[in-house]
Amino acid sequence: MDIKVQFGGGAELLFDNKKHYDISLPSKEKPWIIGDLLFWLKEHLLKERPDLFLQDNSVRPGILVLINDTDWELMDTVNYEIQLNDCIMFISTLHGG
Amino acid sequence: MLDEKIATLLKDIKRLKDKLREKEKLLFVHLQEKNNNLTTCKYSKGLTKEEITRYSRQMLVKEIGLEGQLKLKNSKVLIVGAGGLGCPVSVYLASAGIGEITIVDYDDVELSNLHRQILHTEDDIDHPKVNSIYDKLHSINRNLKIIPIKQHMDSHTIKQLLDSNTFDVVVDGSDNVATRYLLNDACVLNNIPLVSGSALQLEGQLTVYNYNGGPCYRCLFPVPPPPETVTSCGDGGVLGPVPGLIGVLQAHQTILILTNSSDGVLSQRFLVFDGSSATFRNVKLRPRNINCAVCGDNPLITELIDYEQFCGAGAHDKVENINILSKTQHIEAEELPKKLGTSLILDVRPHLQFDLCHLPYTTNLPFAEIEKPDALDLVKRLVKNIDADNEVIVLCRRGNDSQRAVSLLKQKLSDLPVNFLNVKGGLHAYSKYVDSDFPDF
Repeated sequence: MDIKVQFGGGAELLFDNKKHYDISLPSKEKPWIIGDLLFWLKEHLLKERPDLFLQDNSVRPGILVLINDTDWELMDTVNYEIQLNDCIMFISTLHGG
Repeated sequence: MLDEKIATLLKDIKRLKDKLREKEKLLFVHLQEKNNNLTTCKYSKGLTKEEITRYSRQMLVKEIGLEGQLKLKNSKVLIVGAGGLGCPVSVYLASAGIGEITIVDYDDVELSNLHRQILHTEDDIDHPKVNSIYDKLHSINRNLKIIPIKQHMDSHTIKQLLDSNTFDVVVDGSDNVATRYLLNDACVLNNIPLVSGSALQLEGQLTVYNYNGGPCYRCLFPVPPPPETVTSCGDGGVLGPVPGLIGVLQAHQTILILTNSSDGVLSQRFLVFDGSSATFRNVKLRPRNINCAVCGDNPLITELIDYEQFCGAGAHDKVENINILSKTQHIEAEELPKKLGTSLILDVRPHLQFDLCHLPYTTNLPFAEIEKPDALDLVKRLVKNIDADNEVIVLCRRGNDSQRAVSLLKQKLSDLPVNFLNVKGGLHAYSKYVDSDFPDF
């Protein structure tokens, strides 16, 4: 299943400093949910310290997860079933000014 | 000769500017007195003839009109931070005729601020940021009350400020996590909308918290981020137009809130600008969390707390120096010159910083890569070539990462017959105590 994964706000630093990935998730029996994707990303794309991306089976504090430009809190968070061509974005909040 | 001429002229200019500032202050006192007796234009309602002309171009916009302008005139806004965001926010709000603007910042102007903090000039360096902002705003619009406060914002000072005045909007132009939580909680407890902006490198973010039942900062981020994931403009860098853009949009949001144009207010929405692709994203956010610790239905936080403790980080964007090595593992910056060209010196700053400026006879090995096998192999090979002293000197910008590097190298390469030594205070100390020609940044 082809989807887009994007990183921003510094989260891309953990992923080889690349902001855009087109990825193809292998087919599996149960539907892909965001929770599965988090671990898939950790296994396949994450280059730096995993604890700066994941904590307690979710993203670490300070990272917003957006599913097609909507906060994942409005989409059942880790349980959201990923659809073909979805764009999942991980954006770290900035604090500079 | 030329240097002397330049120095004399700079001195003269400074003297004249100081004199000008005195005159402006005096003028303001008289103007205040005059404005108190000034009647509004008999052909209009609530504004003077001068104000109608001055604000005519925005009053011709139907969303503002006379009514909107009167609202702006009777509004009070608090801006926290007089930097990359605070400058554009304050200049647009003053120009638009917000009646009273309070601006708070504890910092002085530095040369490295000027590329983005557009209201400060070369003559303002080493002077309080709030003073130079006051001067500029005052020269743009002498009708307004501008209140500069040079102060560090903490639970105590913000409480004093909010107890002694009422604000219609608070603008967050701060540069650290602790201040962001502080302003959020203070705004929730005092029922004030918070226009929050931030910027780093090529990215900017903007949203409005605590507006018309929308979410607050804690609804989105109940737990502060780990301090090591937070990057400051001083470390990560920032392109001037990015905070400029976000600050201008913060001013725009403030005007929308003050004129009740609620459809345009970014409440429960998050605007992200990515300058690397010149794209905006307008993201839909969660609603207010009924279980939120501060704005929820049964809040746990009913008065301001210690935010530095809560975030595990100071309420500023300066680096806190560490001291993790024993006395014998340091050398002073003054000892560096005689080591250049004779000892192995590793500069562990990122490549970008090394490219900006570096000492001769130093090898760049970024701290972020130092644990990787390639980097350790490189150190082993370099060590083979040294003969004298059996010491490896480790250097960075301020002397913190170099301590971490010494500690790591000592542990990872314990079989090598060398002594790893840290340069105390790093290149900052070198520039300060050894050679002021080395750029200080």
